[in-house]
Amino acid sequence: MTTTVVRARGLTKRYGSFTAIDGIDLSLEEGRIYGLLGRNGAGKTTVMQLLTGQIFANGGELEVFGRQPAEHADVLRRMCFIAEAQRYPEDFTPAHVFRAAPWFFEHWDAEFAERLIADFRLPVKRRIKKLSRGQLSAVGVIVGLASRAPLTFFDEPYLGLDAVARHIFYDRLLEDYAAHPRTVVLSTHLIDEVANLLEHVILIDQGRILLDRDAEEVRGSATTVAGARAAVEQFVAGRPVIGREGIGGLASVTVDGRLDHDERVRAAELGLELAPVSLQQLIVHLTGAELAESTEKEVAA
Amino acid sequence: MDESRPIFLQVAEQIENDIVDGHVAEDAAIPSINELAAFHRINPATALKGVNRLVEQGLVAKRRGVGMFVVPGARERLIERRRAEFAAEYLRPLIVEAAKLGIGVDELAGMVREERILT
Repeated sequence: MTTTVVRARGLTKRYGSFTAIDGIDLSLEEGRIYGLLGRNGAGKTTVMQLLTGQIFANGGELEVFGRQPAEHADVLRRMCFIAEAQRYPEDFTPAHVFRAAPWFFEHWDAEFAERLIADFRLPVKRRIKKLSRGQLSAVGVIVGLASRAPLTFFDEPYLGLDAVARHIFYDRLLEDYAAHPRTVVLSTHLIDEVANLLEHVILIDQGRILLDRDAEEVRGSATTVAGARAAVEQFVAGRPVIGREGIGGLASVTVDGRLDHDERVRAAELGLELAPVSLQQLIVHLTGAELAESTEKEVAA
Repeated sequence: MDESRPIFLQVAEQIENDIVDGHVAEDAAIPSINELAAFHRINPATALKGVNRLVEQGLVAKRRGVGMFVVPGARERLIERRRAEFAAEYLRPLIVEAAKLGIGVDELAGMVREERILT
């Protein structure tokens, strides 16, 4: 049995005349890793700020661990939010941060933090102001992992982290999540890198949820069909088209929905090439300007 | 991992391959969910789904407290199933492509024999 840790209905956040979050419904189940994906300004950070009680909604209902998050210490205690650009007090060193962390996080594991410090080669005695961007990100990642909060948010956690450090993050996250299951929300642009870590994908665009699906369902749910224009058009007729490109007599069309064996055989007979669409490509198709264009073309056709 | 297909299927297939190849003997343990997740860098739920698929097919079974083990007879059954799928998976695409190139069935058979001598 899974327990729902976050339940939002019609959640809305406005800044003046700008609607940042436009009446979204959302639920997060216990013990899963979620990917909160979307373009810059889509509303990812705003959603996480609402869920962690840092800002108030203008409308809708929100329950985190069964209560409103804002001003409820028992709810806030069970959450950890790692912001993209976390600020620390002047003159703080990473050592100060890690010493203070157990005051806020009851499940804090100091030994695990030590191991992560070594993994990331973080100079703990250097003032945070003097750290590189990547080292600053490492501080956040270490707090997020070692706090073992039942609900942990990572908002673009690895600005400036190199490929090695990012893979350390992925490996430690998986390892520790396996040993201490909890709910993790990962917001990121590096979709291809994290795609396999995610159990569930939530795609936000312009304050609305475009996709809220099991990661395994999303995988292979779209295909790009390429070849001679006439053959491609014949093959994709009647299918939901989410992307369209072409040059001269060649066309490349991305369609939503899985292809079965017979359809693949038929495509081969038509001389068409089928290419899988990665999660990242799918999201580009769903949130890109391309979509609007192709929809117009569809309407015109 | 191949992005185009569900990862849990690929996890299941890789374990099946190990059983067919004899890398994992019957009655031997398969890797744990966490080992699979860490090795493939995938979500443990995905690894579990892959292993559960093998459980449903009766190829592996859980022994309480010790892990998942290959069921006796699993290898035989897998080979039987793969033989049944062989024509559709490998022969048909081969024949379609050969026909496109004007290679008849007899010539193709000859090529297969030739190939076998070489390998």
